[in-house]
Amino acid sequence: MMAVGKRMATGIKQVVFLMVALFLITGAARAELVIDITQGNIKPLPVAISDFAGKSEATAIVGQKIADVVRADLERSGLFKIIDKRAFLQQISDIQTIPVFSNWRKINAQALTNGIVTALPDGRIEIQFRLWDVFSEQYLTGHKLSTQPTNWRRLGHKVADYIYERLTGESGYFDTRVVYVSESGPASRRVKRLAIMDQDGARHQFLTDGSNLVLTPRFSPSQQVITYLSYFNNRPRVYLLDIDTGQQEVLGEFPGMTFAPRFSPSGNQVVMSMSENGNSDIYIMDLRTRAVKRLTSHPGIDTGPSFSPDGKQITFESDRGGRQQLYVMNVDGSNQKRISFGRGNYGTPVWSPRGDLIAFTKLTGGKFSIGVMRTDGSQERILTEGFHNEGPSWAPNGRVLVFFRQIPGKNQQDQDKVRLWSIDLTGYNEREIITPRDGSDPAWSPLIPDGR
Amino acid sequence: MRLNLGLKFLSMIAALTLVAACETAPQDSGDSSGGGASSQASASGSGSTGATSGSTTNVQPGSQEDLVLNVGDRVFFGFDQYNLSAEARETAQRQAAWLKANPTVTVAIEGHADERGTREYNLALGERRATAVKNYLVTLGVSAARVSTISYGKERPVAEGHNEQAWSQNRRGVMVVN
Repeated sequence: MMAVGKRMATGIKQVVFLMVALFLITGAARAELVIDITQGNIKPLPVAISDFAGKSEATAIVGQKIADVVRADLERSGLFKIIDKRAFLQQISDIQTIPVFSNWRKINAQALTNGIVTALPDGRIEIQFRLWDVFSEQYLTGHKLSTQPTNWRRLGHKVADYIYERLTGESGYFDTRVVYVSESGPASRRVKRLAIMDQDGARHQFLTDGSNLVLTPRFSPSQQVITYLSYFNNRPRVYLLDIDTGQQEVLGEFPGMTFAPRFSPSGNQVVMSMSENGNSDIYIMDLRTRAVKRLTSHPGIDTGPSFSPDGKQITFESDRGGRQQLYVMNVDGSNQKRISFGRGNYGTPVWSPRGDLIAFTKLTGGKFSIGVMRTDGSQERILTEGFHNEGPSWAPNGRVLVFFRQIPGKNQQDQDKVRLWSIDLTGYNEREIITPRDGSDPAWSPLIPDGR
Repeated sequence: MRLNLGLKFLSMIAALTLVAACETAPQDSGDSSGGGASSQASASGSGSTGATSGSTTNVQPGSQEDLVLNVGDRVFFGFDQYNLSAEARETAQRQAAWLKANPTVTVAIEGHADERGTREYNLALGERRATAVKNYLVTLGVSAARVSTISYGKERPVAEGHNEQAWSQNRRGVMVVN
């Protein structure tokens, strides 16, 4: 099992362009164009994204669509203001052309991206793009990427990631996917299906047919595999699903319900809860040997385990202290200590991929909030609060969270809405991710590896 | 599983029809295993497995319909609680007697939670509740081998409102005849 995701012919190849010599002369004394994304509610940076040029009509159309993806990604991050292309005073039709910066300063563009699309003889398409600092007239970065024509959206996401990285100093998160539970039907007979899509909601596809209740999918950090809970045969158990082959496999033979699975950072282990005689404790399974080790042994409910990115610790939730609160332990189960002490209940802890924070769901005063705290429990911050917000999952750069939000209907005819939302770590820039039906339990993928 | 659900649905229709024939019942239908009939059945205090009205004569002894109408298929829990109240114990005692009177029947106890909890915690809570019912039945002399448990957490509410009335109906342990 756990077949390594097969390398697809649609893989993206890239070449970094170094054009240092050309543009060192201009504006060297100016300050670097950098966005500090640690401050909330910053004024978005005005940027101009040219349609990527193409020699043929076909490549020109793809170039426009790729630029649209770049614009949408950057806009949704909340950090950039996309200047309407109808305001542009210059059309850049060649990658060798140096922009007339004064034309871009007139429309107040701080940064400019232009690019071209070329059809390669082997049927693939190739793009080249450049990112410019308009005011200092400096070249900032540029890359060449190629892929199968059907994979063009990923080229846009890659370009957006390069721009985000160059201008914020943080790694990007646009070339990623989200797996979640698609929901339909009345609450008492809700149909739930696993579904996967790009982080912007595009390329949506269902992974299961809805005949079995499925919950809480989570990505492997290293392979195209998801772990989740399925009620197949009325036996709620943790499963693995290979995204490429569709192959499903129950994980281990446990006497009781297994649930709340998550991969270790290496992808070689799954940590989860198992209920025995009504009591839930946390176990870890090595996927190579299938050896199982019990990590907690307490009459309280222990669940929701999530690894630290260095693989040395696990955060989890427990009601052993009387109420549902957050705990941290070593990966061998030792040194279990409570970290949350606020009023109300805390659940669904997830460790940031940067290692510095733990995100959680907090239940207090009849409201469900999404918040973050440091890993010692200090500096708790609520990012969003309302009737029902639950189940945060981190973007791979640890700057954005996705979660689900239920909004009650106003009356019998107005049904509840359960939708996916993203929010910036600063608590600003809440955005709904549009899905075909209701959605819950989102999990963000790692950055998609090159070569896929 | 599909067949099983189909049978449950049929039994629900049957149960609701019969309840309607008896008296008014709480309208919280939609549950796959008996609707709101139980509260009426348990409120009636009937402990006998015999027919309580003329319209139940076609109920098969040992069936889900029999359980719902004459015994009570469910018990209710307090918020974030899994201990059995005095009322829940009375229901479970009738269930134990019924299981002894129908010795070939095996059952599953479904544990459910209301919506005011996170998903995974509620799965664990539902398992606690189902096990609390099972363990009490076992102390009353029912063989543990005849009673399985399954938790649905907050995934299968029987009442859809966002208020205590709905929540109190959803925090439940439901006995389902296999």
